[in-house]
Amino acid sequence: MEALWYAIAALTLAVYVVMDGFDFGAGALHLWVARRDAERRQVLAAIGPFWDGNEVWLLAAGGVLFLAFPKALAAGLSGFYLAIMLVLWLLILRGIAIEFRSHVGDGLWRAFWDGTFGLASTLLPLLFGVALGNLLRGVPLDADGWFALALFASGSPRGALGILDGFTLLTGLFALAALAHHGALFLAWKTEGAVRARSRAAAGWLFPIVLVLWAVTTAATAALAPELFAAFALRPLAWLAAALFVAGFATSLAARGAGRDLAAFLGSAAFLLGLLGATAATLFPTLIPAADRRQALTAFNTAASRASLAAGLRWWPLGLLLAIAYIAVVFRLHRGRCGPAAVDGRD
Amino acid sequence: MSDPLFWHRLQFGFTITFHYLFPQLTMGLALLIVVMKGQGLRAGGEVWNDAARFWIRLFGLAFAMGVVTGIPMEFQFGTNWAAFAHRAGGVIGQTLAMEGLFAFFLESSFLTVLLFGERRFGPRVHALAALALFIGSWLSGYFIIATNAFMQYPVGHSLDAAGNFQIARLAAFVFSPWAIVEFLHNQVAAVVTGAFAMAAVGAFWTLRGEHAPVARLSLRLGVIAGLAAAVLVTFPTGHEQGRLVAAHQPVTLAAMEGRFAGGPRAPLAMIGQPNVAERKLDNPIQLPAVLSWIAYGDFSANVRGLAEYPVSDWPPNIELLFYSFHIMVGLGTLFVAVMGLAALLLWRGRLARARWLLWALALAFPFPFIANTAGWLTAELGRQPWLVYGLLRTADGGSPTVHAGATLFTTLGFAGLYFVLGALFLALVAREIHHGPQPQAAAGSPSASVERGGA
Repeated sequence: MEALWYAIAALTLAVYVVMDGFDFGAGALHLWVARRDAERRQVLAAIGPFWDGNEVWLLAAGGVLFLAFPKALAAGLSGFYLAIMLVLWLLILRGIAIEFRSHVGDGLWRAFWDGTFGLASTLLPLLFGVALGNLLRGVPLDADGWFALALFASGSPRGALGILDGFTLLTGLFALAALAHHGALFLAWKTEGAVRARSRAAAGWLFPIVLVLWAVTTAATAALAPELFAAFALRPLAWLAAALFVAGFATSLAARGAGRDLAAFLGSAAFLLGLLGATAATLFPTLIPAADRRQALTAFNTAASRASLAAGLRWWPLGLLLAIAYIAVVFRLHRGRCGPAAVDGRD
Repeated sequence: MSDPLFWHRLQFGFTITFHYLFPQLTMGLALLIVVMKGQGLRAGGEVWNDAARFWIRLFGLAFAMGVVTGIPMEFQFGTNWAAFAHRAGGVIGQTLAMEGLFAFFLESSFLTVLLFGERRFGPRVHALAALALFIGSWLSGYFIIATNAFMQYPVGHSLDAAGNFQIARLAAFVFSPWAIVEFLHNQVAAVVTGAFAMAAVGAFWTLRGEHAPVARLSLRLGVIAGLAAAVLVTFPTGHEQGRLVAAHQPVTLAAMEGRFAGGPRAPLAMIGQPNVAERKLDNPIQLPAVLSWIAYGDFSANVRGLAEYPVSDWPPNIELLFYSFHIMVGLGTLFVAVMGLAALLLWRGRLARARWLLWALALAFPFPFIANTAGWLTAELGRQPWLVYGLLRTADGGSPTVHAGATLFTTLGFAGLYFVLGALFLALVAREIHHGPQPQAAAGSPSASVERGGA
């Protein structure tokens, strides 16, 4: 039961990264791939029907952790207090930027919100990557399973720990590059004209950066937490996820070269799902590792009672089915590419 | 002031109060927009569609504010109230996760269709999107209220060996009687907010002689819905809520009324100043025996006073609790009177010429926000000193590792951010009211899209 909820939590978080990731990436790139107001509106029209729903996956993942592993949620959110608050403020600014921009035609008004949207869309993937880095590195859990991390301390993952250090910044940069690449492929699929051409070009130069950062991050993780790779070797599920990750990455490259935009985007989605799936399958049952590699918070020592977990399973499948149905309807309703001039559907 | 609990409470209180200014408006407007879109589907309903188009624009602004200010609420359980999240997550995590799955996915999926899809998807899909937003936003309200109801009146749970709350009977928790009554009371109060806003804009345009057909419809729907909802807030929902408090939180009832000494034939205080040091209500104006009747349906019933309970179980802020409760009740009564009068004149066909009443309606829209806020202050201050009533004290619920300096830092950040967002929101709403309703042809054409802006 605990393992099942661990899988649900990991999958929900991974879907969140894939879904909100494409609109983060689109936002991080839009100042470059969209130059004129009509092009900026084209980008916003492409992500407009989806971004709000994509963000719900984060709340769903939070809800899963809350109901299944309350202690892990409580320790994680309070331990990363200032970083979580930064994330919340950026999410607020980003949502407001998207919604308020269109209400006034003035150029300065729009330039301000475009800048806000771009900045928030850049910092959020970076911070989420930093969070993942913290979970790989471990946090200073006390005897009761709580911790508090300053934003920055020694700057080294082996010295006094802070949320930001060389290692977590590296994972943050990798996340930013991977999601920018993902967003570029989304825009290449959902737009046409100059924005599509620039997005394809951006995906082209981002691809090698993602590859290099992935290799460096993996090497750094192996140096910092060699036991993870020992665990990985023994987990068939992690291999399966790794295969998905490799296949997705290759597909995104091949399909982009062939001009098959949807396949390239789906390849990138598979790449992200596989990467996060392999990480989760390797970490299991750990939710928050301790820096000293003892007494981690795990799916077993933080879980709610069997009765609570069983109660959640009574309605979770129905909710998930409904969510998937809504999302299918939305993608169907908003199918097709967004052109630069007539911003169809968003007037 | 280095007690982190004080700042945790201030931060949650401030962010939730600001947040709930928007959902009460959008939940109320969602119902009224569904009515408008329903009328718009009938023959000759074009003016209803014009009205709906304007209200959907305001709805969109308020909804965006509600979404972005709502995200921190869910996270603050973990960031600021980690001990509470740890101990109660097994139960309240269920309803919070249900909100995401059953309500947020529905709302977020059809928001864009409602805001921008009228021309592209046609009248039927557009009306369905309005219905989806109504159902989604009210479901969201239900799951939050079910969560709050557990904190007010815990049922359906068990305590495990470590003292953590776990689910024993899921349905008993999700459909607790407190949740159902509190939900109905809260939702009709949200309709009051939406209806007063609608009536205010209709009255404002009527006074200025602008946008006649849409102004008339907004005024009419606002007044009719406003009267119905204002009556329902008081009776039966408010009355039932009061009976629940009397039955399950008697010390809260005593504090709400500033009642220190108990006894039969308890009077209802209309006004007064609770003097906690001397344990009495100063300068009271009271209705004899009415509190006994409200609480227990019997004019001679005994209503206990605060003196009968240990001080450690008293709500710590009796003064603010007293005023919140009385402001809510007083305003609620005024709402019935104002909307009753307006409905009477509307029925006689004289409302559009009764300029004094149009002035009153145009200026009245802030008061339902105040009444809703006062109502929530009553519920939440009245729940103190407990996080989960009778079982977990607020003092034991804060985050063990988050200090006052961090919490004050982020509270100031929220205050600054919300001040700016609030000011921008008001400016954009004023702009929309100034522009007035747009016919579909203009609102949908590419030129208008460039001029008025479409994302």
